Amino acid sequence: MARPGTKTAAFRAALPLSVPIMAGFVFLGITCGVYASSLGLPWWMPTLMSIAIFGGSAEFIVASMLPGAFDPLTTFAVVLVVQARHLFYGLSMLEPFKGMGRKKPYLIYAMCDESFSINYSARVPEGVDRGWFMTFVSLLNQSLWVVGCTLGGIFGAMIPLTVQGISFAMTALFVVIFLDQWLSEPCHASSITGLIATAAALLVFGTDNFLIPAMIAILIVVTAPRAKLEPIYSTRDDAEGR
Amino acid sequence: MTILQQVITVLVAGAATVLTRALPFVAFRNGAPRYVRYLGRVLPGAVFGLLVVYCLKDVDVFAGSHGVPEALGILVTGGVYVWRRDMLWAILAGTLSYMALVNLVFV
Repeated sequence: MARPGTKTAAFRAALPLSVPIMAGFVFLGITCGVYASSLGLPWWMPTLMSIAIFGGSAEFIVASMLPGAFDPLTTFAVVLVVQARHLFYGLSMLEPFKGMGRKKPYLIYAMCDESFSINYSARVPEGVDRGWFMTFVSLLNQSLWVVGCTLGGIFGAMIPLTVQGISFAMTALFVVIFLDQWLSEPCHASSITGLIATAAALLVFGTDNFLIPAMIAILIVVTAPRAKLEPIYSTRDDAEGR
Repeated sequence: MTILQQVITVLVAGAATVLTRALPFVAFRNGAPRYVRYLGRVLPGAVFGLLVVYCLKDVDVFAGSHGVPEALGILVTGGVYVWRRDMLWAILAGTLSYMALVNLVFV
């Protein structure tokens, strides 16, 4: 069991690493909350999503689906694909999370992009308990996100529905992430496939049913030239990439 | 969706997320198969391309404002991002210019 003062020391070590995340999480959380409210969802829905899902991209997508028809299978498949990168965070954390006992389930559940990158790369100071350090990093990050989403939900509920265009925040978010990926990748084959295959599926299957066909098409198109693409893409680290 | 269906949808999305975060601790204790690692490197670009198109699914180039505000909003977002390399400013600038366009210009 932890010595007295262990948690305080771990909290003090974790706090400065969460500060740079703070502005981004609160801003994006508010944006996500306002976006969800602008779709006519209840003010508490962003809060529920920030606790149940805790992943920005997935929360935007799920919010956009909530006003439509009930289709849990598509939601499950889309979120699985959007969050698939976490599989590789888990692979990198197999060792660091060993022996974490009661903290392990929380550490796994709360492993968003930012908490993963801090916990994976941070050098825990001498004498600080690593388990509590990682727990506080995750807890601080998630608290900021939940607060941001809740504020956004409340602000959003106060903005009249006649103000058009707030929903573009989601488009802007994914344009930025796509561009960031584009500027850092060794080859654009996959990014271009994502755009073209999805646009083609949208034309063929229509706005309500195109996501699953698009994902299947992408999987086929990137798997077929695997022998050619694997050496090009293998220049990147396994754990990298959002 | 009813409120109950919305809550179920959110919980399903939460389960899918937890699955991606927990699966390696259950299934890939000795490393992931090579094909899975390949997909991990190659898919992110395609997934974000899919999400960009998903955001634009309701744009009709043959009617209304013909997708002009969306195209301009994307140009502003991308331009500010390439210029400042700051995600938050790019999103703010893109969203505000889009809102100005649809509320004031393309009414």
